[in-house]
Amino acid sequence: MIGTISYLVFFATTASILAIAVLGLNLQWGNTGLFNGGVVAFFGAGAYGTLILGGTPQDGHLGGYGLFYPLALLGGMAAAGVMAWIVGLLTLRLRHDYLAIATFGVAVAFENLMRNAEWLAGGAKGVRGFERPLRDALGDGFLYNIAFFITVLIILITVYLFLERLVASPFGRLLRAIREDEEAASSLGKSPSRIRLTAFITGSVILGLAGGLYGTFYAFVSPQDVLPTLTFQIWAMLIVGGAGNNRGAIFGAFLIWGAWTASGWALSRFAPVEAQLYTGSMQFVLIGVVIVGMLMWRPQGLLPERLVVSQRGSKE
Amino acid sequence: MAETVLSTHRLSRSFGPFKAVDGVSLEIARGTITGLIGPNGAGKSTFFNLLTGALAPDAGTVTLAGQDITGLPPSRLFELGMGRTFQIPRPFARMSVLENVMLAPTGQVGETVWGPFLSRKQMRDQERQIRDKAMEVLEFVTLGALADHPAGKISGGQMKLLELARVLMGDPALILLDEPAAGVNPVLTETLIGKIEELNRQGTTFVIIEHDMDLVMRHCDPIIALSEGRIVFQGSADEAMTDAGLLDAYLGTPLHA
Repeated sequence: MIGTISYLVFFATTASILAIAVLGLNLQWGNTGLFNGGVVAFFGAGAYGTLILGGTPQDGHLGGYGLFYPLALLGGMAAAGVMAWIVGLLTLRLRHDYLAIATFGVAVAFENLMRNAEWLAGGAKGVRGFERPLRDALGDGFLYNIAFFITVLIILITVYLFLERLVASPFGRLLRAIREDEEAASSLGKSPSRIRLTAFITGSVILGLAGGLYGTFYAFVSPQDVLPTLTFQIWAMLIVGGAGNNRGAIFGAFLIWGAWTASGWALSRFAPVEAQLYTGSMQFVLIGVVIVGMLMWRPQGLLPERLVVSQRGSKE
Repeated sequence: MAETVLSTHRLSRSFGPFKAVDGVSLEIARGTITGLIGPNGAGKSTFFNLLTGALAPDAGTVTLAGQDITGLPPSRLFELGMGRTFQIPRPFARMSVLENVMLAPTGQVGETVWGPFLSRKQMRDQERQIRDKAMEVLEFVTLGALADHPAGKISGGQMKLLELARVLMGDPALILLDEPAAGVNPVLTETLIGKIEELNRQGTTFVIIEHDMDLVMRHCDPIIALSEGRIVFQGSADEAMTDAGLLDAYLGTPLHA
């Protein structure tokens, strides 16, 4: 029983962290139409940034600043934001497929940098020496996991409320207008490039926050955590859940993470022994089929974007 | 002599060896409805794009109310009081008609990431004002009942009215309309023209590119004709009817028509 609950807490924590990431991507893609193909780079920047800033001193690589944890997490978010700012300035003029290719390239470069630059973050061995905050008080057991889950949940809700208010505001209206037609928005006095950059950075900071929490949860991050796989999974969550709808983004995160976990378990249990080697690939095929199926039959996702109508707010 | 609101001086733009607009100088007087006509390929759209900042000229200047606006981005021109619509309507399709219109006013405090949190009260007050004005403008262009419809689902003619409504939110002194009657049913065209004339009586200046000669002859004065990138006629509708050069421009180049 306690084992099941313990597992559920573990599952819900991971899903909640991923849901925060999906919310970040939703701001970029769902609301603004920016095709970020390198989600994992910003997620990774947050994870690496947090662990390097918050960890204990290490020989051989950067880190050990032992910052107060919330500051380390903010630092990780800032790292993701700064990276988004640089990438954004360079790729701002690119649209859709080109932006996707460029950002995908950034993610691959990020992974390779982390894998090879040992002086920076330990190379392939990853960042060691990070202690989870409040470990002394809460220990390493179930209590800690519950406390951590609640913290993540509160952060998820905060991010959700922040984004809900943001997209319901004139800023959200601007983002949608940029998504729909930049030239028309420009003819109405708006500056698409500034708005695109702002949305890209804001979304990336949220991705960095998710990455920072992810790194904290495992007290470790290595290049294996920033593979393109994760970009693919986060996109699947958004597409299935419903791009442009924050609740859809969260729903999609839990659904796809559940399906991913369940399919892994089912394959390892029921697939023939000789196929066991390929279960990882089978999971990808399954998720791929789900994405293609969604795009063909329900491209708006399970919880589609809602139209903002005049009644909302007018009765305040 | 009426005050000049917009003028161009020797405005030129080429695409490779092809001179789309070739040294056009003109003056638009405040309070007029100017019709810009010419056969296909005459350079009307290029000229329009030069005026609205969508294209940069190779040479020449554009002046709006005494200020040199050559090469300024479209977003600045809207702030300076010049609005435009598009030949093929460009609604924000997956936004409501009302949202389309509410987007337009410049200087909204809620248009930044922090505005909705740090200036909540101011933003709400502004939103209320903008919403009221947007509804007024939508009623004016006869789209009030469609406020909550997705803008991508209304008819082509209604989209043209919506574009006019969006532009009106900026209280522009000058509005450039790119083929407002193209693809619009006659009833809506009459509505649109009626609104244009009403706004004109209130002081708004219009420049209209239009292929519907009947409409241009009835509602525009003066009329300016372009052919092969140059002005070939400038005058009233009555003069246009009998102008040999204008007839020549239309009938003499059948390959372009």
